[in-house]
Amino acid sequence: MKKVQAAILGSGNIGMDLLYKLRNSKVLSCECVIGRQENSENLKKCREMGYRTSAKSIQEIIEHPACYDVVFDATSAEAHKVHASILKRMKKFVVDLTPAKEGRLCIPCLNGDECVNEDNVNMVTCGGQATVPMAYAVTREIGHADYVEIVATIASSSAGRATRDNIDEYIHTTALALRNFTGVAKTKAMIVLNPADPPIIMRNTLYVVADGIKLERVTYAAERMEQEIQKYVPGYSITVPPSLVKDNTLAMTVQVEGSGDFLPEYAGNLDIITCAAVEMAEKYAYENLLREERCPF
Amino acid sequence: MRKVKIFDSSLRDGSHAVKQQLFPEQIEAYCDAVDGSGLHTVIVGHGNGLGASSIQMGLSAMDEVDMVRVAHNHLKKTRLGTFVTVGFGTIEDHIKPAMACGTEVFCIATHCTESDTMRRHVQYVSRHGKEVYGVLMNCHLTSINSLVEQAKNIASYGGDGVILMDSAGTFIPDQISRIVEELCNHVDIDIGFHAHNNLSMAVANSYAAISSGASIIDGTVLGFGAGAGNCQLEALIALMEKNGIRTGIDLYRLMDAGKNVISGMMHYDRGIDGTCIISGYAGVVSTFRTKVEYIAKMKNVDPRDVFLALGERKAIAGQDDLILEVANHLAEHGKRYGGNHGKFGKI
Repeated sequence: MKKVQAAILGSGNIGMDLLYKLRNSKVLSCECVIGRQENSENLKKCREMGYRTSAKSIQEIIEHPACYDVVFDATSAEAHKVHASILKRMKKFVVDLTPAKEGRLCIPCLNGDECVNEDNVNMVTCGGQATVPMAYAVTREIGHADYVEIVATIASSSAGRATRDNIDEYIHTTALALRNFTGVAKTKAMIVLNPADPPIIMRNTLYVVADGIKLERVTYAAERMEQEIQKYVPGYSITVPPSLVKDNTLAMTVQVEGSGDFLPEYAGNLDIITCAAVEMAEKYAYENLLREERCPF
Repeated sequence: MRKVKIFDSSLRDGSHAVKQQLFPEQIEAYCDAVDGSGLHTVIVGHGNGLGASSIQMGLSAMDEVDMVRVAHNHLKKTRLGTFVTVGFGTIEDHIKPAMACGTEVFCIATHCTESDTMRRHVQYVSRHGKEVYGVLMNCHLTSINSLVEQAKNIASYGGDGVILMDSAGTFIPDQISRIVEELCNHVDIDIGFHAHNNLSMAVANSYAAISSGASIIDGTVLGFGAGAGNCQLEALIALMEKNGIRTGIDLYRLMDAGKNVISGMMHYDRGIDGTCIISGYAGVVSTFRTKVEYIAKMKNVDPRDVFLALGERKAIAGQDDLILEVANHLAEHGKRYGGNHGKFGKI
């Protein structure tokens, strides 16, 4: 089966980890990793791994309009705002891993099937991919909620320059995704970068304020969602099970251990968003580009 | 020697001491009491800064930007300041509205090694012509060289100064002196210090910072702040004046503000209890105190063990969610400290 051609725009931590994830894809092939400096360490590494690289940024895609069906954008929120309109005109399917929120917010296990009809999907943030599905599962089980809050803690060394520049966007995009997917009007998101050595594994805590929380049922719903997410993010697990810290306040913690591809296992924050991005791009490829091959009759 | 600017964080760090329950009348009364007393600025907000009102770090009694608005109406002569931690508060939701309410001094905080994440915030405030200081929290968790690099970052973003925070109250005067001297040798912006009093060193450390070239001291009246509290400004100012460092501050007014306003707000005795001492010993940020005691009680474990375990996990400001995980672990696997087995229990 011919694979769908993809390009990775951005050769930082996220772009590089994405390349490792695409290596295992049966559907997508990475045709080019696009950065800004030909001799950057990461682009060198891509070439050593046998991949084509370009230092022309978005120009690479403009110059090769027929080459890439799917474009992963792993640059920065600011840069993506420029890339989005160009890629839209070129009719590319864009999977945006920055918190630019130009396209539809996408959490594969919640709305992945609907997102195959979009031309640009936004993968929210690592903290969003880790907590929004849980927030959805928990609030749906309770039936209502007054407030949802999350805090993501990641190892400092896993946050590249764009992530560091986009902390505010990270907060706004994560809070928006929590609001959109749970329907709860009041949401809050926060992020902590911890430089401890050895580095800490990415962990995320979810708080839900609601009356009438039935812990057993919520725990069951959370465990089912844990299994759903594990299908595309193997290192995802609940480490502090749903607990009532007050009568009306639930707290739970999940951690994400990475596969240790580009960065060691602690950097699960890369895995959770790159795995989600590949999952989404594969769904799109099956639905739109491989359908004939999949259903020859 | 540069004139030492005194930052009064009683209505910011003090928020921790009242579980973030500061009310408009209290902010008004305090601002009235200290306005024009010679302080450089009065800093107001949630203990972890605007935007930190949360289950994670405590919900504020009132809208956070309203805290600033209320203070502004009662500060006619002294500058209004506020505090924002990157990762909790944002330019759009907190810095912009606070500026619109008349805030003139902004303290932008990150963990001590993460100053590059404050670049946009510092630049934003600086571009708008307001005073902006980069705050490095938990300074004991990195090296002097790294602090120098962070200070250079802050200077390059347009920051007017760097404020070093001894968030867990672990330093001794010699250490502070070395850090401040090194920073003064490498950057040409104000160097400031914010102390905590876990090991009863807050005033001594602040005085050492001044002697070594610091030109900002951030403290609170009556030491009103997280955990064991902060550098008690009245004591420091008396010490400075006694040793010939002119502050231009009306000491009696600060003392009266403490007696008439702050003491009525305090929830508990300000002595340094065992939990706070162990928090300082373990190098864990003082802001965890209230939640540590609450969760330790809920899980029937010793809050001191929780602090020691948090120290081992290298918890930093904002990681309040780790307390529950650590307490669960202690409850399940037994205490690793205390009793007959621990390093403290043996004595």
